[in-house]
Amino acid sequence: MEWYAFDTWIVLTGALSAGACALVGSFLVLRRMSMMGDAISHAVLPGLAVAFLITGARSSWVMFAGAAAIGLLTAVGTEWLHRKGRMDEGASMGIVFTTFFALGLVLIARAADRVDLDPECVLYGALELTPLDTVALALPFFGEADVPRAFLVLLAVFVLNLVAVAVFFKELRLVCFDPALAATLGFGAKRVHYGLMTLVAVTTVASFEAVGSILVIAMLIVPAATARLLTDRLSTLLLLAVLLAFAAAAVGHFAAITVPVWFGFADTSTAGTMAFVTGLFFLGAAGYASLRRRLQTRSTPIATL
Amino acid sequence: MKQLEPQSGRWANDATHGAEVPLSVHDLTVAYERKPVIWDIDLDFPADAIVGIIGPNGAGKSTLIKACLDLVPRASGEILVYGRPYARQRQRVGYVPQRESVDWDFPVSVLDVVAMGTYGRLGWLRPVNRRSRALALEALERVGMADFASRQISQLSGGQQQRTFLARALAQDADIYLMDEPFAAVDAATERAVVEVLRELRKRGRTCLVVHHDLATVAEYFDWLVMLNMRVVAAGPTADVFTNENLRKTYGGRLTLLSEAAAALRRGGPA
Repeated sequence: MEWYAFDTWIVLTGALSAGACALVGSFLVLRRMSMMGDAISHAVLPGLAVAFLITGARSSWVMFAGAAAIGLLTAVGTEWLHRKGRMDEGASMGIVFTTFFALGLVLIARAADRVDLDPECVLYGALELTPLDTVALALPFFGEADVPRAFLVLLAVFVLNLVAVAVFFKELRLVCFDPALAATLGFGAKRVHYGLMTLVAVTTVASFEAVGSILVIAMLIVPAATARLLTDRLSTLLLLAVLLAFAAAAVGHFAAITVPVWFGFADTSTAGTMAFVTGLFFLGAAGYASLRRRLQTRSTPIATL
Repeated sequence: MKQLEPQSGRWANDATHGAEVPLSVHDLTVAYERKPVIWDIDLDFPADAIVGIIGPNGAGKSTLIKACLDLVPRASGEILVYGRPYARQRQRVGYVPQRESVDWDFPVSVLDVVAMGTYGRLGWLRPVNRRSRALALEALERVGMADFASRQISQLSGGQQQRTFLARALAQDADIYLMDEPFAAVDAATERAVVEVLRELRKRGRTCLVVHHDLATVAEYFDWLVMLNMRVVAAGPTADVFTNENLRKTYGGRLTLLSEAAAALRRGGPA
């Protein structure tokens, strides 16, 4: 196996994407609304497409704004259908996000011959290609350097999520645990909810290129769900989820370029193996948690049973 | 101020009308999908009292409390806390929700949960500080749970969960406490602890509204009683309104023999 500079960029970009997802995803998992990440990650598609059609470029601020707006609209629309339309939350979510997703697909298909955006890339991402699109940066110590654009975008989003979670830690914990109490104490549960949904939308958009709109769900949910099995402290859970996400990116890329070679194949999709590795992590954690539980029950004196 | 119905019996604190009424509810109606759940409620709750709210299932007891806290939309009516709208007096009203309303597997410790009571005073962005934790610990001591401070909430029994919620409201140091079924399915130790806290709060001049379902303990626990079945059937000092006739009006045919016997016992003789 040979390791090039762009392999490092791929791992770093993947790690930031997975880490950013793990931060906001933890709160989705804790609020038992994991599928909201699914809904938003799909629904932002028309926002992307429209921004694409207008500007003809990727990763413009228009694209982020458009996607974030649609993501928020999905959260609001789901809530509205659920309340006013007397639908259960799953059904209203299904209606809203599939409608947006379909609209997005139609727009992308129309735009495909005019701009460089292809549905497959949107769905599965193209992490391996991100090092090709670079920005020249003047760095304080390294001098002039070509840094992948996707890396910079995801770095910004990762830092945004990190700052948001650190600054609003108390509010997020309160609203996720007991939204009714939050409301009586003057913390608008809705404001926090939609703020979180906006972060989910922005994170999803930024992660599109890296892991695509389907695997981004794995990054939102699996590291958080895994960390949940390993700790009972919220701060530890967030830290663990991010570390697991980073590890998945490194192990995932390494596996993608080595494992298929053992069997005589060319290397495979890094995003795919990353998601698969998070699944393996989860299995490991689930096994550990059930083992620990069994040991605990066994050590209980029989007299108390 | 609207005249209260004479049928509700003698009102405890006629002289305290106006800004001194801890909590007054005017013309309150709440409807879910156009079906009224509570209808035209008019109540002035007295100061330093333990007030019970009783009524059959679906009578709107929890809804009444939630409407006071702006947690459910009102079709009409207004809520005044010490003469001012609730939205500007949030810190003065503490809430003890039903235990089942939250996920007890959430990764927080008992102290974390109790400290949430102080979040309102902290406001946005200010992190939980030493003072918050000290207040939380003190509140835990008052409900006899100081030893559980660092426990994970998933390890608590039902009664301990209830006391944790009560401690959280105490940490808020409110003037009015609205409690939704704090006695539901708790052990004897918790029941005693809750009663003790209620009496202590009364001594300090606080007002507690308690949604309750065990008629046998009504006379023992509550100075004041609201009997609710969509409308207010009766409200006033327990001694005046807790009668067989009012019970029958409140519960209709659903009043069990046992509850009637309990009411009879309270009056000191067989029915």
